[in-house]
Amino acid sequence: MTKPVLEVKGLHKSFGALQATKNVSLDLKPNEIHALIGPNGAGKSTLIGQIAGWITPDSGSIILDSEDVTSETVASRSRKGLGRSFQVSSLAMDVSARRNVMLSVQASQGSSFRFWKQTKSDEELRETAGNWLRKVGLGGREDIAVSELSHGERRQVEVACALALKPKALLLDEPMAGLGPTGSIQLTEFLEEIRPEIPILLIEHDMDAVFRLADRITVLVGGAAILSGSVDDIRASALVREAYLGEEA
Amino acid sequence: MQRTDTAPKSINMPKLSRETVVNIAVMAILLALPLWASSIGEDYYVNLASLITIFAIAGVGLNFAIGQGGMVSFGHAAFFGIGGYTTGIAAFHSFEETLFMAMPFAISGTNQMLIIWIVAMVICGIAALAIGAISLRTEGVYFIMITLAFAQMIYYFAISWPTYGGEDGLSIYLRNELPMVDAESALTFFLVCFVLLLGAIFVSARLSGSRFGAALGTARMNETRLATSGIDPFPIKLTGFVISAMITGLAGALFAELNGFVGPSMLSWHRSGEIMVFVILGGVGRLYGPVIGAALFVLLETYIGEWTEHWQLLLGLALLGVVLFARGGVMGMIAGRARHD
Repeated sequence: MTKPVLEVKGLHKSFGALQATKNVSLDLKPNEIHALIGPNGAGKSTLIGQIAGWITPDSGSIILDSEDVTSETVASRSRKGLGRSFQVSSLAMDVSARRNVMLSVQASQGSSFRFWKQTKSDEELRETAGNWLRKVGLGGREDIAVSELSHGERRQVEVACALALKPKALLLDEPMAGLGPTGSIQLTEFLEEIRPEIPILLIEHDMDAVFRLADRITVLVGGAAILSGSVDDIRASALVREAYLGEEA
Repeated sequence: MQRTDTAPKSINMPKLSRETVVNIAVMAILLALPLWASSIGEDYYVNLASLITIFAIAGVGLNFAIGQGGMVSFGHAAFFGIGGYTTGIAAFHSFEETLFMAMPFAISGTNQMLIIWIVAMVICGIAALAIGAISLRTEGVYFIMITLAFAQMIYYFAISWPTYGGEDGLSIYLRNELPMVDAESALTFFLVCFVLLLGAIFVSARLSGSRFGAALGTARMNETRLATSGIDPFPIKLTGFVISAMITGLAGALFAELNGFVGPSMLSWHRSGEIMVFVILGGVGRLYGPVIGAALFVLLETYIGEWTEHWQLLLGLALLGVVLFARGGVMGMIAGRARHD
């Protein structure tokens, strides 16, 4: 048994009477893509929020690389190796793609309390950020403002930001959304490529992509993980068909 | 046609952006006018230029919080006033030859500006650390209101402190001293303020371009991004707030010297609003914006104020125009949108 990189144990979260997360446990092992699926309102966002650190769970724990990070801040979890992308890209829009990645590079290099040296003439910082952007396929687009990039490109920038922190695990929230067929295929290929280095917890609506990429799938319904298994298990499950895929599937 | 570029190539000419040209022009005018006024013996205009310069420093301070860090503080009069009172209290004890405090260790007054500036900035930094630590837990309108509330607390504290004049304020009978120069001379004092303004702008520019500045700028643009990139926003913003307050505090110390007086009005919320007007009028986030904003404000107050006491109506209209039609302030109107890399 390989040790999981990311482990979620018995997570509970309620908002008033609404139980958004009910005793969810899942893990992410090296070299794997673990997909998290579920209909709208299943509590995917709440779960992601708790894993990334925006939402404090009522009980349960989140373990990253054998370290309990349940009470750590978002920033601290990022530094410790939890990279993520958002459903709607969250970047500094006014500045270039390179600037966005430079921030992650500087965080990975240590303190941001450096007040005098100018980042624009810091060739090493700029070059490292540029390398990450080239790695995700944005070579030649480094110095364009994020607000002028397409949705797909923004997602690539986010992934570059995450990779620059040398993450141990990636949390990708609907990375295929708004990409279009070609973008979707490119991203699928890219995820295949990084999978051996960094395992991915993938939240995705695009079922084709999920079935193509995932090693394991966990189905979330009504805040609870009702089923977890291989692609074939999920495809075959009557429970999932009923709860998620609908009658015709 | 082989060549499409028909314009003669200028060689060895560094390309200045329009904003740089405007910056140089503004600073040149600000420097030239008092030099000229002094040469014809009109110290009144020299002092007017000093006032603009001092207000500009206060604006540079606030602009660092708003323009770089996105922290819309409506309480910067607190720091302006603390700077002023530090000057007033130091001069008071120096003049009376009494102690500010005797226990646990004796602190006397001083009439040395360099010491006063440092003390003023340190006290403002400590005050900002306390105010920021609480205020920065809120956002948006709440942050605006809580900074205002803190400034009002300090305002009422000053009013109720009879030792230092309470409501009547405190006169500084003799301007404090600087080594080697005669600070009593209007022109010398202006030049001192001018150099400090350049210093404040330089520091602000350097910090904005540093790693810290990159983090602070991201806190303004997208705090989620900053945290996701592994940098905790709170300490970054708090540090930015403290630096901003220290610069504004220095301006307050100079303001007290210029007027030979400190009073609670330095701490009032009107003052907070005025400093914000310098920033907005000149252009939020534009390095030299507060210089333009402060100059417009002082000139409107002086010249339109001479003609009608309702000059603030005009100021209001100008502000309205800038906010509605030129979101980059006057600097945005002249030099276009701010450029990022």
